Amino acid sequence: MSSITTREAPRGFSLQEYMTCLTGIVWREGLRFLHQRERFVSALVRPLVWLFIFAAGFRQVLGISIIPPYETYILYEVFIAPGLMAMIQLFNGMQSSLSMVYDREMGNMRTLLVSPLPRGFLLFCKLLAGTAVSLLQVYAFLIIAWFWDITPPPIGYLTVLPALILSGLMLGSLGMLISSGIKQLENFAGVMNFVIFPMFFASSALYPLWRVREGSPYLYYICQANPFTHAVELIRFALYGQINWISLAVVGACTIVFMTAAIFAYDPSRGLARRGPAGGEG
Amino acid sequence: MTSPAPVPEPRQTPRPDPAAVPALSIDGVSHAYGQRRALTDVSFNVQPASFTALLGLNGAGKSTLFSLITRLFGIQTGRIGIFGHDISKSPGEALRLLGVVFQPRTLDLDLSLTQNLLYHAALHGIIRREAAARSAELLARIGLSERAGSKVRDLSGGQMRRLEIARALLHRPRLLLLDEPTVGLDVKARADIISHVRQLVTEQGIGVLWATHLFDEIMPGDDLVVLHQGKVLAQGPMNRVVTEAGAQDVNTAFMRLTGAQVMPGGGA
Repeated sequence: MSSITTREAPRGFSLQEYMTCLTGIVWREGLRFLHQRERFVSALVRPLVWLFIFAAGFRQVLGISIIPPYETYILYEVFIAPGLMAMIQLFNGMQSSLSMVYDREMGNMRTLLVSPLPRGFLLFCKLLAGTAVSLLQVYAFLIIAWFWDITPPPIGYLTVLPALILSGLMLGSLGMLISSGIKQLENFAGVMNFVIFPMFFASSALYPLWRVREGSPYLYYICQANPFTHAVELIRFALYGQINWISLAVVGACTIVFMTAAIFAYDPSRGLARRGPAGGEG
Repeated sequence: MTSPAPVPEPRQTPRPDPAAVPALSIDGVSHAYGQRRALTDVSFNVQPASFTALLGLNGAGKSTLFSLITRLFGIQTGRIGIFGHDISKSPGEALRLLGVVFQPRTLDLDLSLTQNLLYHAALHGIIRREAAARSAELLARIGLSERAGSKVRDLSGGQMRRLEIARALLHRPRLLLLDEPTVGLDVKARADIISHVRQLVTEQGIGVLWATHLFDEIMPGDDLVVLHQGKVLAQGPMNRVVTEAGAQDVNTAFMRLTGAQVMPGGGA
């Protein structure tokens, strides 16, 4: 009768189990992404508006001198393309992380978190899956941009991939950390105003930093300290088959710090408690 | 206050060996959301191959308890074990043996039935081929084989619940938690699900914890835990709980137990 009750010794998890779990999570995120066309379209429209309208208008105002990694004079559109790629990842990272913490995706997080694999690993998989989605968006953007005369060397499309994975992980982790840590930023408007816009504008996405320095040395230092600047530069150099070592070091270190802190700070009860019984005040 | 008549309790089902490791053991668990206490010193066990009904009104703390057992919330006080594995100390081993059906729907509506099952299997590290075989087998058992490729969105409420139960069984757990799984279902769908789960208990020896506020889902042979305002008011075989409350049925017993509790104008 009670033959089923013997307690078995802990057996841990094999590498294969980890890999199955990882591919499963990325696979599902990809499937879901294919079903959310609006999300895809809006993720593309945003940078394209910048590219088609903003850049066209600013082309005459801003002259770009020859700075690495560029070897000739370039159009303004070409200059801001890496910044816009990073912007796609910034939005995607913030959006998907926010939904991980607050209740929109809570049902899915419940399913995810009852997996027996270590929670840190599950969250890492989730961040990686979010990054994979951002890669699809970025490459779609690059295809359209190609018709707009943004034509990096063919090898650049390949060499930019690791840079995008790293920057995607960094921005996703940052988003997760922010949404876990700062209660006031639980809606996207708050994140836009206090995170996305400042990070985007105080960076090298729209203007080269030597120009910023001419205008305001203080802003220049802020831009230098902004991890987003380094994500942009990492992508910019990688798109031309080069490595910006400083940016790589900064983005790598920030990824490790943000991700560790985000996994440590993640608390699903934050999203659930407010929906708990008897209208408890959070 | 009440006058329990010493009536010998009838035993419908054989009880498991008490020395055996319980499928689920809740030991002195308390939980608070800020100032508000949701659970106070809750303790009870679920035996393997038994059906334990967790009976309580909305807001009694059932969902909080489920969130604690599934490790969604950190345990503040007390201890929870699944087949002897402490959920805080070795969550991996504990969760491996646990299947859950949450009260809110947690399926991906835009994915197909099979895709939902495969995703869940992946989360448990079950390789694709094995996962596909088990999914097909479970879909056949719940009578949804021919719907395998359609979107979950197109299923009825009862079918979704059956799919969620199938999903919870995919990694062959030995303890199954269900949080008010029949809410919002019609009579037929309810009956199907209840009989399916009871079958799992008798045929596969799975320990079941079934949270509900519906008295008619509880049968005489079940174990019963009455949870009210975060406290366990009574527990034991259903017949004994009913008799000790001096009542004829679960309904009256519940009203007596909780009514007596509400009167003094709750402390804390």
